[in-house]
Amino acid sequence: MIRVSAFSRSLIVLLIVALAVVSAFPFLWMVLSSFKTAEESMQTPPVWIPGTFDLSAYSSVSEVIQTGRSLWNSAVIASVTTAGILVTSLMAGFAFAKYSFRGRNTLFAVMIATMFLPPIVTLIPLYRMVSEMGLSGSLVGVILPNLANAFGIFLMRQFIAGVPDDLIDAARVDGASELRVVFSVVAPAVVPAIAALALFAFVYHWNTYLWPLTVLQGATDEYPIVLSLGRLLSYNRGAMNTPLVMAGATMAVLPPLVLFVFLQRFFVDSMISAAVKG
Amino acid sequence: MTDVRLDKICKTYGTVEVLKDIDLSIEDGEFCVFVGPSGCGKSTLLRMIAGLEEITSGDLSIGDRRVNSLSPKERGIAMVFQSYALYPHRTVRGNMEFGLKLSRMDRREIDARIARAAKMLQIEPLLDRRPAQLSGGQRQRVAIGRAIVRDPTVFLFDEPLSNLDAALRVETRREIAALHEKLGTTMIYVTHDQVEAMTLADKIVVLNDGAVQQVGTPLELYDTPANLFVAGFIGSPRMNLFAGEAGPEGIVTASFGTLPRPDGPLPEGNVTIGIRPENLHLTSEGGARARVTLVEHLGNEILVELALADGQKAVAQGPRNHCPTPGDSVGVTIGSEPLHLFDGLGRRIETRSP
Ligand SMILES: Nc1ncnc2c1ncn2[C@@H]1O[C@H](COP(=O)(O)OP(=O)(O)OP(=O)(O)O)[C@@H](O)[C@H]1O
Ligand SMILES: [Mg+2]
Repeated sequence: MIRVSAFSRSLIVLLIVALAVVSAFPFLWMVLSSFKTAEESMQTPPVWIPGTFDLSAYSSVSEVIQTGRSLWNSAVIASVTTAGILVTSLMAGFAFAKYSFRGRNTLFAVMIATMFLPPIVTLIPLYRMVSEMGLSGSLVGVILPNLANAFGIFLMRQFIAGVPDDLIDAARVDGASELRVVFSVVAPAVVPAIAALALFAFVYHWNTYLWPLTVLQGATDEYPIVLSLGRLLSYNRGAMNTPLVMAGATMAVLPPLVLFVFLQRFFVDSMISAAVKG
Repeated sequence: MTDVRLDKICKTYGTVEVLKDIDLSIEDGEFCVFVGPSGCGKSTLLRMIAGLEEITSGDLSIGDRRVNSLSPKERGIAMVFQSYALYPHRTVRGNMEFGLKLSRMDRREIDARIARAAKMLQIEPLLDRRPAQLSGGQRQRVAIGRAIVRDPTVFLFDEPLSNLDAALRVETRREIAALHEKLGTTMIYVTHDQVEAMTLADKIVVLNDGAVQQVGTPLELYDTPANLFVAGFIGSPRMNLFAGEAGPEGIVTASFGTLPRPDGPLPEGNVTIGIRPENLHLTSEGGARARVTLVEHLGNEILVELALADGQKAVAQGPRNHCPTPGDSVGVTIGSEPLHLFDGLGRRIETRSP
């Protein structure tokens, strides 16, 4: 442990608290606003704490959008995509880390290079491909192109490279197929990386906006919650109903938040146990 | 019949030839040790037998089958790795049953085999622990247990003792020998430690630079090394080697004068004379003059490092009752054991007449 004086210690704590407040503020504001009445939300100076905790915004949300359906769509998109990314990243990461084949490094470099393409560049060509496959307007179209991703493969390759070769060979001698090696021996050895990737992927694909908007082409039944929030904004011809939007946003944020709290504990636990094992 | 035969086995990585024309036959039930310096290709050869490394050319057969293109599992082998390679997230039991479950073995049979192996290796109390909760020696037992339960026809060991401390290494070595005695299974064992090789092996294969230098029993290698490499490699401390010139009168050396011709044909020309340290004796008078540079106590015996008159170094091993001190001038004589002679190419010259 580095020795830190009591003074700089409290300074550090103060800084962390300040940062936490700054980042938590919009979130708090969102939650508080969702309980306000329409008038309270528009007052200047702003009302911080709503006079009564008014839940009507929450029930109104479902009058405008199909809340349950949208949350379900988001859950399907985020979880199927995450599962796909985990599977493909583990397998490709394993191949890049542990197989030697002609062109491996070139292939890896090309794949890394795609990470630097702004997503907007691939939006239109990707959409055309999806649409030619007859998948526009469907969740399959939203999910399919995201099932593999360069960052995930990169991350897994880095972690799997640290898994001892002997462990993999031992499993082969035990009669494990290559797939079995990946999922029964390598995956358990890189659990922290899997947890981190799962978290990133889930939150990212829960929140993603532009791609589903492009693919779904106004098929509102298939909208994930984030797109439906957009409909809350434009509802009422632009006269924004802040508590309504904030109530919708609060509902949209909760599932990934819960997942984060759950996975984070797991994440920290496995990091600690990995450190203790040495 | 689970003998292992290698016929002109070669291995190349790209353009680098790592193993050249390895011919070898290991009999059923034999304990065969591959020994050689680091990088000579021992592990590669073992891994090719295991099926973890592709065979570039040549034939490998186990029992009556050519197994070149079979997977490790189909070859019926089990392997113990230097790093133990236990699955860290599984318990000891989980480690031992992994392969058995993969082959869809009956649950009761799995439990019976694990119980038997655990008893044999005295790891019964450890079955529910994870590898991280075991000591190095215990991990090694578990790794051996994982191999035993598979009931292989050939056991492969790649330097299984090198991560253990000296005392444990001797103990585990004995246990492996006992295991071989008990199971009677063919075992192939890789080590760079020639003491391990000498104590365990029925047959030693000395490798250097990707080629077999000599195959034989431990004593054959010790008594009649086939070339200079084997002479220098087998035996600790190393054999002393002196340059000499064979002529009609005998072998002329710088330090020991002219040595009598041994029996048998002796080609004339440059030769190398090999003398084991225990065959060099110190005297106070006579013999070749030498200065003592270092004395090492082994307990009952001492090793004396000497600088001979012509500057060449030699090591003598003997009883500790006449212990010189560094700087002393002593005489060195050659004992009665036969000399080892090697020709200009380093090959053994057979001297004893048949
Ligand atoms: N995948 C590989 N690609 C290229 N060369 C390799 C590869 N694996 C091993 N080699 C080379 O093959 C030679 C033999 O290696 P090997 O591991 O069999 O040696 P070893 O006798 O087991 O040595 P040690 O005692 O250090 O374990 C070495 O020179 C090594 O550099
Ligand atoms: Mg090796």
